[in-house]
Amino acid sequence: MAFASPQITALAVEATEYPDLARRYRVTGVPKSIVNDKVEILGAVPQDAFVEQALTAVTASPE
Amino acid sequence: MGLLSPADQDKLREAFAEMRSSVKIVFFTQTLGCDTCLQTRQIIDELPVLTDKVAIEEVNLVLDTDRAKQFGVDRAPTLAIVGVDAAGAEHDARIRFVGTPAGYEFISLVQAVLLVGGREGVLTPENRGKLAAVSEPMIIQVYTTPT
Repeated sequence: MAFASPQITALAVEATEYPDLARRYRVTGVPKSIVNDKVEILGAVPQDAFVEQALTAVTASPE
Repeated sequence: MGLLSPADQDKLREAFAEMRSSVKIVFFTQTLGCDTCLQTRQIIDELPVLTDKVAIEEVNLVLDTDRAKQFGVDRAPTLAIVGVDAAGAEHDARIRFVGTPAGYEFISLVQAVLLVGGREGVLTPENRGKLAAVSEPMIIQVYTTPT
């Protein structure tokens, strides 16, 4: 996904080495994806669902 | 003595042979306070042996703050995957591996290198279109554990 847009950065984080980050994002099961610190996606979901859920982190309507 | 079996080395060599462009793995390390930096270096060192299209640039996180800032890296070990075009110019693929790329993450690392080196990605054209339309920064963090 990072390759699809210059706006997107993807980080694969090894949770056991960074317990502080795992705690911050309440990672209790992997894989767990967090988009823009807002949207959480649990597990290895199909591509379409992942993209849809990830997009809600940037296209959410303003309050 | 490598970490990969000869059979795995052969498979990787074949996959890397299809790369159309070069890839640099920028490896952010630090001398003190990084228990897994040596292990990470040993793992990624397996790759340039198998192809001349993959190189490693080691950057000391503490000393080379400009390069760390350029890639937005503040922890070691972190790997940044960078495409290098025919003219030698760098193109940050904005793909990072934070922590040791062990177990399944090694496969993800290889896949990222192959992707940046020109292999067809797995995104559908529809999804690719949706993502290309994103007009604000999107940072995706994927937490895994070594398997």
